[in-house]
Amino acid sequence: MTDAEQAQRESTEPAGLGPAESDICLQGVSKRFAGTTAVDDLDLEIERGAFFALLGPSGCGKTTTLRMIGGFEAPTEGRVLLGGEDVTDRPPYKRDVNTVFQSYALFPHLTVERNVAFGLERRKLDKAEIARRVQETLELVQLEALAGRKPAQLSGGQQQRVALARALVNRPRALLLDEPLGALDLRLRKQLQIELKRIQQDVGITFVHVTHDQEEAMTMADRIAVMHKGRIEQAGGAAELYERPRTAFVANFLGVSNLVDARLGERDGELVTLETHDGARLRAPADRVGPHDGQAVQVGVRPEKVRLLRDGVAPPEDANLLRGTIVVASFLGVSIQYLVRTKGGEELTVVVQNTEGEPDAFTVGSEVQLAWPPRHTFVVAKETHHEA
Amino acid sequence: MLRLSLARRRSLLPWLFVGPGLLWLALFFIIPLANQANVSLQTGNPDTGYAFTWAFSTYTDAISEYQEQFLRSLGYAATATVLCLIIAFPLAYFTAYRAGRFRNLMLLLIILPFFMSYVLRTVAWQLILSDNGWVLARLRDVGLVSDTGRLLATRTAVIAGITYNFLPFMALPLYVSLEKIDRRLIEAAKDLYASPITAFRKVTLPLALPGIFAGSLLTFIPACGDFVNAALLGTSRQFMIGNVIQSKFITILDYPTAAALSFILMSFILIGIFIYARLLGARNLTQAAL
Ligand SMILES: Nc1ncnc2c1ncn2[C@@H]1O[C@H](COP(=O)(O)OP(=O)(O)OP(=O)(O)O)[C@@H](O)[C@H]1O
Ligand SMILES: [Mg+2]
Repeated sequence: MTDAEQAQRESTEPAGLGPAESDICLQGVSKRFAGTTAVDDLDLEIERGAFFALLGPSGCGKTTTLRMIGGFEAPTEGRVLLGGEDVTDRPPYKRDVNTVFQSYALFPHLTVERNVAFGLERRKLDKAEIARRVQETLELVQLEALAGRKPAQLSGGQQQRVALARALVNRPRALLLDEPLGALDLRLRKQLQIELKRIQQDVGITFVHVTHDQEEAMTMADRIAVMHKGRIEQAGGAAELYERPRTAFVANFLGVSNLVDARLGERDGELVTLETHDGARLRAPADRVGPHDGQAVQVGVRPEKVRLLRDGVAPPEDANLLRGTIVVASFLGVSIQYLVRTKGGEELTVVVQNTEGEPDAFTVGSEVQLAWPPRHTFVVAKETHHEA
Repeated sequence: MLRLSLARRRSLLPWLFVGPGLLWLALFFIIPLANQANVSLQTGNPDTGYAFTWAFSTYTDAISEYQEQFLRSLGYAATATVLCLIIAFPLAYFTAYRAGRFRNLMLLLIILPFFMSYVLRTVAWQLILSDNGWVLARLRDVGLVSDTGRLLATRTAVIAGITYNFLPFMALPLYVSLEKIDRRLIEAAKDLYASPITAFRKVTLPLALPGIFAGSLLTFIPACGDFVNAALLGTSRQFMIGNVIQSKFITILDYPTAAALSFILMSFILIGIFIYARLLGARNLTQAAL
């Protein structure tokens, strides 16, 4: 993980910010509830000013991780650092982070304005300053017209924005967002994703955004950590996670992946050779081989990287090649998606750009060859049961 | 059958629901009230009977003659209400948030006294506080009460009795309003730099106001008119207006004065509630619940 992380850090770092400062840092953090381990020996570093997404399926420990950063849950083991300071034993009200709760948790007895002013009032800022900052933040989230309303008189999207403003107005070190868009319909969610991203860029505060929606994470975040069973499987930029998944879980969770059981063979310069269970010989870059025990692995490729060739057509030299039969062909407009059953029995997805305007280029039942360059191949440890 | 338009039927529907209640109110509240208003303006005596004479003097006489009992009633009731609030709030708070699986047991314990008659419970208090009872002996031992001091037949006994008897009326509405508060709001307050005490002051308390208001009314109003506690735990020096009204009605048969006293008490209570609602902020009371 560290190699890949390093490479990612170098490639995404904004110019002129200097060496990235770690803003939030979890060291060996575990959280056990009676009977379950919600978070398992987790290490996490989030840079200042990053839009960081914690992505994972339901129950993987995202909320618990966020609550430990916010101070609502004490880690069973490990330390939580904010800006280099150990805050493990500090209560939430003494931590310089604010949370946008999934349920919004707006104070029903206070107006929008008083809700937003709540944090500043607790910090005893003077009245004029509070009024000015509340006004400014309400403008930022475009709610100045509704300042006098009670939360019950607002729509879901408006409540969400009040929750955001109430946290942002404090200019905390970091903003923790627990599925802040989860309760909204798809259209509004898309719109607010963009808006959240814009606001984050405007204010430059570190955002830690919890979501189980991979598309949302990829749209918004600079860096994504994929969580699984209380651990971080892989962290990196969206492109890195997509192109170079290090585990089968990541490969399946982000986008569609085609995985075929294989045995790892000899190393051949920059490449490693693999033999699939049905005897095909494939190659993959050595630096795209994820951590694994023994030689039983899975070899994978993303659907859009594969070219379909008719049976008998000579494949490009050096290409990885599998044979199969088209099972399903779906015309999607921009592209055509094929499901191909290989000799070994796997059903692989292939997406072909619709540039020829011939939707029936390959008909169901036709024999095809799947060809792709070795450099798009990745190798992950074999997972006995799939979850996606 | 009558055929009505949908809009018409819609507008009639609410009456169907409130109708029985209105009828009940008219029969057992409005009519007796009007009747008593009439009685309060009559003059006469028990032997010759009473006649309606617009006798407003009954009111002024009643106020000047029983001023002491009126003030005492309001004072005792107010003290007992405050005591109930002080005792019931932590009780309701604990039951709502900390009792866990013992919550239902706690609630049962709170309403358990209702399973026994009001008068009987107060008689039990008479025994507990009696001059040769265990409690007084112990209090004398530790010097909290002088050797000649008493518990029974004192102001303290009457107020304690009222407090005890009306505690559930305070505790239950408080419990309901506290239980309804979303605990995530408290987390949100703490997230926004509020210490636990500030979070309580700024979030829990304002949201519990409707419960505080309801509990106070349910305690204060019946406590004002109570006569059982003063009769059983006090002496004539602790008599409240309820005792006067009771004796006027039942012993002396001076119906006009009894009725006038009732009306005066009612208006005192209404004025009291109005001031109290103003103090708590009537807007808060209705909107906090939203
Ligand atoms: N207070 C608690 N007591 C006991 N178990 C808990 C508690 N909070 C969380 N858990 C358990 O810890 C695990 C992780 O929960 P968590 O809420 O962090 O998941 P999540 O990733 O946020 O899931 P979701 O996407 O569904 O919100 C779950 O198995 C959950 O049942
Ligand atoms: Mg969650």
